[in-house]
Formats: sequence, structure tokens, C-alpha cells
Amino acid sequence: MFLLAALSPSLRAQTTNVLTVAPSEHVTIKRGASADVKLKLELRPGFHVNSDKPTDDYLIPLKLTWSKDPLQAEQVTYPKPQMEKYDFSLTPLSVFSGNFEIVTHFKAPSSASPGPVMMNGKLRYQACNNKECLAPKNLDVAIAVDIQ
Amino acid sequence: MLKPILAGLCVVTASVFLWTACSYAPTTAKAAVKAEKDRKVAPEFTLKDANGQTVHLVDYKGKVVLLDFWATWCAPCKVEIPWFMEFEQTFKDKGFSVLGVSMDEDGWSAVKPYIQDLKVNYRIVLGNDQVGSLYGGVDSLPTTFLIDRQGKIASVHIGLSRGKEDFKNDIINLLDAPRAGARVPSRGALAFFTRAND
Repeated sequence: MFLLAALSPSLRAQTTNVLTVAPSEHVTIKRGASADVKLKLELRPGFHVNSDKPTDDYLIPLKLTWSKDPLQAEQVTYPKPQMEKYDFSLTPLSVFSGNFEIVTHFKAPSSASPGPVMMNGKLRYQACNNKECLAPKNLDVAIAVDIQ
Repeated sequence: MLKPILAGLCVVTASVFLWTACSYAPTTAKAAVKAEKDRKVAPEFTLKDANGQTVHLVDYKGKVVLLDFWATWCAPCKVEIPWFMEFEQTFKDKGFSVLGVSMDEDGWSAVKPYIQDLKVNYRIVLGNDQVGSLYGGVDSLPTTFLIDRQGKIASVHIGLSRGKEDFKNDIINLLDAPRAGARVPSRGALAFFTRAND
């Protein structure tokens, strides 16, 4: 496990200028079983990201995607969005701000090899404050999993 | 009893007179633009517009240019676009142009429907990181540069401005400035003309 952590910088907190993804908890999962894994995010005060279902087609949604193996990501659940009104919007926008969590329901295939593995994912987001927007970003995320 | 009424009338009359006098005075644009000696040359670029035409910034030399870095996903940018359309309409015959630089990664497939939807009346080109770097990175949108007739950056607006008057005052100031090598025009003439047409 130590070796895995040393080899993968993505096990540390992932930070951009506005968003921090906390290092994930250690996950143990049995072959053929399922587990929910939380990804904890923190946005810099004053900033928000569009939710997974923005109110305008032109806005870029928050999206977490995972590699296809060694675990299967069966469902990604986002928190309930906040409807916020900003100086630049006539109507409230569906956003996330502050601290929030995204939960992924993983399943370990019965055929998976036991041992420590990494699950790699990408978090796509686009952040704004009340006056300006930053370019969309793809942030690499990873969780350490022990398959038993 | 009559004295306070008369005094009140005098105050109201004086206020109306002052308000009227000020309303018709030529607008003096606030000095939001940099002094000429402090302006730097706007970096040259070559980009394509929605019709596939090549656009060089140098083609606009001699005009005042509002160069707007924006994107379809930028909601604050959407607020400013109607202002810029109005400026294009109002000032295009006075040596002014708006040039929008879209920073959309998805290119024209994202930009064309958007500008058609908003009926944008000014030229849009597709930007890239290279051009963004030339202009200091353009980390946040909207970022808008006002370029004078000599092709120098006179002001930079980062983020959604407080209102369109911020831009309008700067544009009038730049359009009203004497052209290089030209006779000095009567001061405030354009500002007065614009104010009268508001």
C-alpha cells in the first residue's frame, strides 16, 4: 500500500486554483461485492461550479468519470444542487459551492485479481465567481483499492 | 408662511436649472483609459472568423477596437454581448469595431449556434491558448481590451463590468482623441453627439 501511495501522486489532495479534492479514504472491497466511495471536494470561497445538470445548455456540467477497470463504476451520485442567483444571471443557476461530496457506487468483478489497485478518474468542471469564469478543467483523481 | 414656500421654490428652480445645464453639457469621459505614453502595442494575431476568413489585428489599425475574449460557457460574457452589439451599431461609422475572440475548446460547432441565437452583429474569431498567452494569459473571462487607433492597448476590463457605461465612456474617449498626425478636432464633439443621441 505504501508503494502504491508513493508511486501515485494522485493519492494526495488534488488542488487547482479554486478546487481541492481531498485524498480518498482507503477502500477495501471483496470480489463480486459493491461499495460506495465518497470523493470530497472543496471550492474556494466565492466560487461555484455548475452542477451536473446546469440550467442552460451552454454551461459545462460537473462530471466525474472513471476508468473501466479494475472496478466497475456502476453509478455516480452528485449532491442536490443549490439554485443561486448571481449578478450576471437573470434566473437562478444550478450550482455547487463550498464543501460537497460525489459518491460512486463501485463493483468488483468476481474475476478481479486480489491485491492493491488504483482506480483512476477524471473530474471535469468549470468554475465562476460573481463576475468572471475560469476555463473548464479536467482534474485527475484516484482512489486506492484493496481487492480481497 | 410665504417665505419658506418661496425659499423652497428657489431651491427647486435652482436644482432644475443645474440639472438641465449639466444634462446638456458635453460628456467628459472619465479617465479610465491609460495615458498614451503608458500604452503598449496590442500583440498581433491571425485567426479565422465564422466564414473561414483570415483576420489580422493589424487590419484594424486606424480604428478603435474592442477586443473581447469570451466563451459560450461564460455566463457573465453573455451579459456584455448585447452591450457590444449596441456599440458596434452606434459607433461603427465613426471608426470603431468590436472583435470577439471565442476561447471555446469545441470550436465553431459550439460557437456558431450561439452567435446565431444571440444575433451577434460583430465579427467573431476562434481564439487559442497561444493568442491568450500573447494577451497575458486571459485566465478569466470575460476579458476585454480597448485598443486605440494606433493599435495600442488603452484599457483592460477583467470580469463583468459594472455597466456598459464603463466601456462606452472609454470608447468615446478614444474615438474623440486626436488622430496621430491629424489636426486637433473640437474637444468633446463626438461625446456631445453621442450624448445627444442617447
